[in-house]
This record gives sequence, structure tokens and C-alpha cells, in this order.
Amino acid sequence: MILTIAWREFRSLFLSPLAWVILAVVQLILAFMFLGHIEQYLIWQSRLLGMDDAPGLTEIIVAPLFGNAAIVLLLIVPLITMRLVSEERRNRTLSLLFSAPISMTEIVLGKYLGILLFLLLVLCMIALMPLSLHLGGGIDLGLFASGLLGLGLLLAGFAAIGLYMSTLTQHPTVAAISSFGALLLFWILDWSGEGTAGNGSVLAYLSLLNHYEPFLRGIFDSADAIFHLLFIATFLVLSIRHLDADRMGV
Amino acid sequence: MNAEVLVDIKEVSRFYGDNQALKNVSFRVHKGEVLGFLGPNGAGKTTAMQTITGNLAPSSGSVTIAGHDLLEDPRAAKAAIGYLPEQPPVYRELTVDEYLDYCAALNRIPQSQCRPARETAKAKCGLSDVGRRLIGNLSKGYQQRVGLAQAVIHLPPVVVLDEPTVGLDPIQIREIRELIRELGKEHSVILSTHILPEVQLVCDYVQIINKGELVLSDSIGGLQHHLKGASHTVAFRQAPDLSVLEQVAGVKSVQREKDPYLRIFFEPDKDPTDEIVKLSVKNKWGLYEMRPGRVSLEEIFVELTTDEPASQEAVA
Repeated sequence: MILTIAWREFRSLFLSPLAWVILAVVQLILAFMFLGHIEQYLIWQSRLLGMDDAPGLTEIIVAPLFGNAAIVLLLIVPLITMRLVSEERRNRTLSLLFSAPISMTEIVLGKYLGILLFLLLVLCMIALMPLSLHLGGGIDLGLFASGLLGLGLLLAGFAAIGLYMSTLTQHPTVAAISSFGALLLFWILDWSGEGTAGNGSVLAYLSLLNHYEPFLRGIFDSADAIFHLLFIATFLVLSIRHLDADRMGV
Repeated sequence: MNAEVLVDIKEVSRFYGDNQALKNVSFRVHKGEVLGFLGPNGAGKTTAMQTITGNLAPSSGSVTIAGHDLLEDPRAAKAAIGYLPEQPPVYRELTVDEYLDYCAALNRIPQSQCRPARETAKAKCGLSDVGRRLIGNLSKGYQQRVGLAQAVIHLPPVVVLDEPTVGLDPIQIREIRELIRELGKEHSVILSTHILPEVQLVCDYVQIINKGELVLSDSIGGLQHHLKGASHTVAFRQAPDLSVLEQVAGVKSVQREKDPYLRIFFEPDKDPTDEIVKLSVKNKWGLYEMRPGRVSLEEIFVELTTDEPASQEAVA
């Protein structure tokens, strides 16, 4: 049942130009950045050769690429998630789901999974770029995998917030702006602190950035992974609760 | 009535903030009945429909569908319902076939039976030619049919239709009514509308709801029985005083209608026709027209839903 909803959600994305445009734009921008990083690497190459403990290809190209991808997708994910519930509410199609013999949890998970499927596609497209380097040069696959996992978890978190914001309103634009705002806030939460998750500040702990960076440095800390999972679960539960409350009409 | 009770609504109330949209509404629908739900705009029709189908939870009271409580066992209860909301819940970007397949899957029809279920629903609703067209490109009437096909695709025992004929052309309206009557044979149908002749044509039972309260609940037959012969419309060339007419045996009251007509209300079993004709001849009132004034459903509706207690007796 969840899969049925997920699959329709995924297919509907591709029935409008939105998904294609998003894939194209993300790819174009990231490819441009990717090429920029490669060029930088070529400029630095001679100097790197002289250093003892020089950073490798992966650290110079792949890690910043994933870092940039996170920012770009922070802008893009709200645009994908905005329609999820709000548009159904607006077009009055939500009652189709509400009167079908399925639970609210299945509806929310189905929709979430549909978006995850799309984001997985985006992730694969991004991963292809560094992998192309592997043909010629050989990259640090461990670091690459850790970065990819981090990015995946981060995107899943973005999607969960986006889904929640979409349940709150019937205007997709409002959903997009509020989820963008929420994401940005979670991102910059720790700008003033400059701290890491370790120093005890709540803001530092809540900052998504602080839980993403270790992955880019190749550190897989299960605490960070669990933070992301909890983050996702929180917003999914909130979405389910909100849809239920909606039906109660409180 | 021994038929199986499919919908059992008990003292359902529903609040929107301070505004009470449904006040202790209770009714039952048996298998094979078509129930018409009438009411002016804002009377609570849609709220009632949404409550029955689980789109809204009642603030108090219970809804039981085919023996399953909607709150305790929502999955089984919802599986027994097909719902067509006011606006057909269709995805404009899908084709009719894709959409119906999706609905079939949502209603847990096994994959192998999806196709036959879809074809049956399409044939029922006259959609066989448009299966491959995008729903967004179909006319309103066809979208309505798609909505209807969606509601009956899993052959639910109870079908709930919220104003199913709005926005259709007269031929489509007839077809949809035909279809509703057809559905009424195998399913129970609850239908909300504000088109009165529709109720007289397709429904077995009528309920009139106003400001959240059920003000009338009767079978069409019973209703027509009340309506017949409770009044006459007459016209005289030389009309006597109303008070004179009121003294005729059996007459309850006399009202002036549009000139020159008078409306004479009387006790149902004491028809004063003969007496009035005799008096007219004797006193030269010049009676030239007299017809049984059947109160139409329209009038009952207006009387029950506007706050004029005086006219209530016209129904009784």
C-alpha cells in the first residue's frame, strides 16, 4: 500500500516538467562546480606534490562537491516536497486517500518514500560525477561513500521537513517558503557558535551542518547518523499527527 | 424492515470551533436503499457525508458501516464505502485507466483483479471510450463519471455521493440518475443534493437537514401520502370572505395565494370539495377552477428550512 502511493507520487513528479527541470538544473550547476574543483586541483597539483601530507583528490574535489550539493539541494528540495499534501488538499483529492481503507501512517510514509525515490535518483546523478574520476585517477572510495551516505541522510531529513510543511497548508508556495526557511534555519543555527556538536550547546547540537560535516571528512559517527534518523522520524510523526488532527478538525 | 443495516449513525455531533454543524444526527440505511439527503446550502450535508466516510471524525456519537465502527476499525469500515465528494477527487495528470488502477490498488483490490474491476467500473459509468485520455482534458461531466467510477470500483456495500449531478448537462444527469438507481439495487446509496425532483426520482427515503438537525425523515411513499389531498387550490369569480370558507366542515384554514387563487387546507380525511361546490352554486361564488394542491417536496423543503412555524402544519 505504501509502495502504491510512493510509486504514484514518483511517477506524478515526472508527468510534469518540474522533476525534469530540477534534475537538469541540479546537474548543470553541480557539474559546473565539479569542473571548477577539478581546475583548482590541477592548479594546486604541483604544489601538492611538494607537500608531505598532502590532501588527496577526493578531499579536494569530492568533499567540497558534496558540501555544495547540500546547499543547492537545500534550495531545491522544498520545491519538490511542496506539492505533496498541500496540492492534494487544494485540489480536494485528499479525500480519496482519506476515504480509502488505509491509515494516515501509510499515506505519509507512502508520500515520503516517493520523494526519497526521487532524491535517490538525484543522489545517483551526483555520485556519477566523482565516480567518473575513478576511471582515470582512483578516488578514496571510503571517503566517497561516507560523503554520499551523509548527503543521503541529509536529503532524507530535508524531505521530512518539506513533507511536514506541506501538511500544514493548502498553498504549495507557502509550503515551499516555510520549508526553505526551516531548512536554512537548521543549517545556520550554529553560525554564531562556530562550535561542534561536542561542546554542549543545544543550538550547536541541533545544527544540521554540524552533523553533516563529519561525513564529509570521512568520519562515520553513529551519533550523527542517529541524529539524522531521529530528525526524520520526528517530522514524519509530526506530519501524521497533523493529518490526523486535520481530520478531527481541532 | 428486516434487511441488513449497513449504515448506522448514532447521535453524531460535529463542531467547527463553536459552530455546531451537526446536532445529534441519527439514522440508519438498510441494504438496497437509496437515501436522499436534502438541505439548503450550509445545512451540514457535506459535513454529514464527510463524517460518514471518515474524512471528518465526529465530535461525539458513533458511525457504524456494515458492522464496523468507523473509529475503532476504520480500515474495515472504509473498505465498505465508496465516496464521491462534491469535487471529484481526480488527478488531472493521469489517464482514466491509470487513475482507476491507482484507486483499485488503494482499495486493496488484488493486482490480478484490478483490470476486470476497472473495466466493470468503466462500463458502469460510461467511460469505456475515454480510458486512455488524460482526466484533465475531460469535460466536467466526464470527470464526474470518473469520480463515480472511483467510488464503485471496489463494489462497496455503501456508496456515498455528494451532489453527484452538479454541473452536468440534462442528458448526463439522466444517465447518472439511471446509474444511481442501478447502484441502489446492489448497494446502499446515500445521496446529498439540493435538487428536489432528483430525490423524488431516485430515492426511497428522504431526510431533510437544516442547520445541522434532521427535520424530516420519511420514505418517499409516506411523504407523497402526506402531500396528497391536504389542500386544494381554488378560484372564484366572486370570492366570498375567507372566514366564510373557513367555516365549511373539514376546512382548517384558507390562505390567499396569487390572485385570484385561494388555497384551502383541510383535514386529510375530510375532503370538503363537494361542500364547497354546493355552496358555490348556492351563493353564486362562481367557482371556475379547483385542483388538488399537491404540496411539492419543494414546499415542504422551504417550509422546514425557513423559520416559519406557522406553515409547518401544511406538512402535517
